[in-house]
Amino acid sequence: MATKVFMEALSPTMEEGRLVKWHKREGDVVKAGETLAEVETDKAIMDLVARADGVLRQVAVTEGQTVPVGNVVAVIAAPGETVGPAAQAPAPAPAGKGEGGGATPAPTRAAPTAPAIVVADATRVKASPLAKRIATESGVDLKLVTGSGPGGRVVKRDLEHAATRPVAAMPAPAPIAPFPLPSSPLPVPRSGAPYEDVPLTQIRKTIAKRLATSLGPIPHFFLTTEVDMERAGEARDALNRQLGDRGKVSFNDVIVKATALALTKHRACNAWFQDDHIRYWNEVHIGMAVAVEDGLITPVIRHADLKALLEIGGEARDLAEKARNRRLQPSEYTGATFSVSNLGMFEIDQFTAVINPPEAGIIAVGSIAPKPVVWDGQVVPRRRMRITMSCDHRVIDGATGAAFLKTLKEMLENPLAMLL
Amino acid sequence: MASQFDVIILGGGPAGYVAAIRSAQLGMTTAVIERDKLGGVCVNIGCIPTKALLHSAYIAKLLREAKEFGVEAGSVKTDYGVAMQRSRRVSDQNSKGVEFLMKKNKVTVVKGSGVLQTGRRVKVGSDTYEARTAVIIATGSRVKGLPQIGLEINKTTVISSDEALFLEKAPATLAIIGAGAVGMEFADIFSAFGTTVTLIEALPRILPLEDVEASDALAKSYKKRGIEVIAGAKVKKGTPAKDKVTLEIETNGATRKIEAAAVLMAAGRAVNVEDIGLAECGVQVTERGFIKVDAGLQTSAPGYYAIGDVAGPPMLAHKGMREGVTVTELIAGKKPHAIRYDNVPSVTYCHPEVASIGLTEDQCKERKLEYVAGRFPFSANGRARGTGETEGFVKILRDKKYGEILGAHIVGGHASEIIHELAVARENEYTVEEVELAIHAHPTMSEAVAQAALDSLGRVVDM
Repeated sequence: MATKVFMEALSPTMEEGRLVKWHKREGDVVKAGETLAEVETDKAIMDLVARADGVLRQVAVTEGQTVPVGNVVAVIAAPGETVGPAAQAPAPAPAGKGEGGGATPAPTRAAPTAPAIVVADATRVKASPLAKRIATESGVDLKLVTGSGPGGRVVKRDLEHAATRPVAAMPAPAPIAPFPLPSSPLPVPRSGAPYEDVPLTQIRKTIAKRLATSLGPIPHFFLTTEVDMERAGEARDALNRQLGDRGKVSFNDVIVKATALALTKHRACNAWFQDDHIRYWNEVHIGMAVAVEDGLITPVIRHADLKALLEIGGEARDLAEKARNRRLQPSEYTGATFSVSNLGMFEIDQFTAVINPPEAGIIAVGSIAPKPVVWDGQVVPRRRMRITMSCDHRVIDGATGAAFLKTLKEMLENPLAMLL
Repeated sequence: MASQFDVIILGGGPAGYVAAIRSAQLGMTTAVIERDKLGGVCVNIGCIPTKALLHSAYIAKLLREAKEFGVEAGSVKTDYGVAMQRSRRVSDQNSKGVEFLMKKNKVTVVKGSGVLQTGRRVKVGSDTYEARTAVIIATGSRVKGLPQIGLEINKTTVISSDEALFLEKAPATLAIIGAGAVGMEFADIFSAFGTTVTLIEALPRILPLEDVEASDALAKSYKKRGIEVIAGAKVKKGTPAKDKVTLEIETNGATRKIEAAAVLMAAGRAVNVEDIGLAECGVQVTERGFIKVDAGLQTSAPGYYAIGDVAGPPMLAHKGMREGVTVTELIAGKKPHAIRYDNVPSVTYCHPEVASIGLTEDQCKERKLEYVAGRFPFSANGRARGTGETEGFVKILRDKKYGEILGAHIVGGHASEIIHELAVARENEYTVEEVELAIHAHPTMSEAVAQAALDSLGRVVDM
């Protein structure tokens, strides 16, 4: 059996390749894995390797020629095998032209190109019509359900399990930290199998697709600043004393509120990148990353700029609870204009978060801890917190992001500034 | 030194031969041990020859009605012997077909009765065969008589389907005990060949496992053509004489006597679990006599699997065939899709045909499900009117809230073929709306399915 040698996609974005140099000549014996030729991609010069053992036949592309990914560049035949007319060497293709060699039959199998990632597809869930109806009626988010049907399809039985899942098994919502510890696969005895293949849940698939559309294609840059949280802490303590049994304000609530207010003053950061236009939002809806069993989801606090701290706090706890019980409605986790991710309760000093497209920015919040700082010429301990903003450079420039961050920092360091 | 195979299958019926083919496809060396003909009951003395005879019966019925359609065929004569001979040729062709498939897939066929040994070995006569991976038990089932009331099968006046399929002549009178699929089909066949048939069922209605409406429709149809249908009748005693049998039956508290040239026993089957070494290998059976298997079809003895009739109900060839595929895939380390035992279609090939899947209306009530029944009669279907097959209906039971197809019941011409639309729908969890949305060709019998789905939604068009 003759094996066709295709121009392969040697980089994720490569569409065509220039054959720089053949390492093997027609008639040479080749082994799978051996370099056949050097190919110049859009990024570098890479090796094109043999995918089968045999003899190189019918080199169809001359050195210096450019052909699209997926075109046949040669054939590897078994020793002594005569290659049928279907695989005849095509006439050299004009460089860069769509179809390549005129006589080359189009490759019947899909060329090894990088799959195009379509954002619209990222939230697609495979589910039976019945499962979809049950989910719609009962408010279960199919993205959070592991499908047991053919090809990981969510079927009725999976929803029965989701509905009967004991609530006690869920991590109890912490009053201050809205994130439960994510569960990891149970440890197995050392004598067991060397590994375990766990099929991707729908939410895991969605996370994989969504995040691959973020950090790869979106030109991120990061801005970090350290915020003095002493006064915010005092204000929070005073408020909580005053509230007594009526509720509690968390640092997270203060940060969400301050972020929302700062965004009203920096519309440039409250925006969506939409391919051919940028949508600057007049409303502020803050996405709040919540860890759930087997993944994360970002429920949205709508109009966070207009809400009181207690309202934000109540809603945040409510949404986090719903997220963990898989009861979020699509309207509750879509439509954020900006996001906040807080890993402070895990004692993370500082980190960078991945933008949730089409949003243009996200704030990553580290832990609040006392540190020695110079204050009025004295070294004193003060509660400090590091925040890092990830910006989509297509929307937000360095100075724009820095200006927003400065406003946010001022509001947190002097909570009265929120009233300005 | 025993001959070694990866997989050894005891029994070459539908479950066994399908398992053998799939096993070979998966690259495992495979042997099938069969004491009789390949294809088992199904091919030789079950599904296949009865379908041939039922078609003979159908042709007789068509010819009798032909005048109305403008075709004169003269006086219609039937000859059961000729029909029987044809059915034998059909069976033989199918059995040879299975033989060919064994060769094509390089499956070794061992003729003889196999007895299980420990260590995944099977003894056939003086030879021993050893399975490296698995032994699959697929020994099937057989008809049983009722010796406790004097009705032991004597093969002359008290017969089973095994004998009925080889009769040279249709008896003048025949009493059939049991109105499940087998009893119903033979009643249809012999009635068409001129036999006066009495059909006796112990449960309150014929086709007791089907929906009440299906039972009623068939009772009506059978009575119309002169078959006496006695349901809710207990056979107290049978007295076989040289050329007749006298039955004493009790219905509604009254006792009556029925005399017939022969009695056909069509009530229940016994599984073939005796003398195959089950106990010696640690293979346990259930209280009802079936081999006990786990979700992966493995018996209580590791390395020994059971499929088909011996592994439990429903005792249907197509259920065994699916188990044959699934068990070999499991043995080969694959992860096949779990068998949905609640989605095995059930078909009786009498005329009109009866086909069903899922729950009956009574079962919906027992389970306290909130359901809506949609119905459409073939008398309102254009195609059915054209062919004169206006008997019967399509009935779909849907979940009230979500539209799930809980059950579907079809009585009518080609019901055995039409049911699969609903089998596919249920397997994929389509609701009645998806069934209705699929465009059905006009005019077809299948339109009645879409109309029944619409009726369940309160939007029937053609009625």
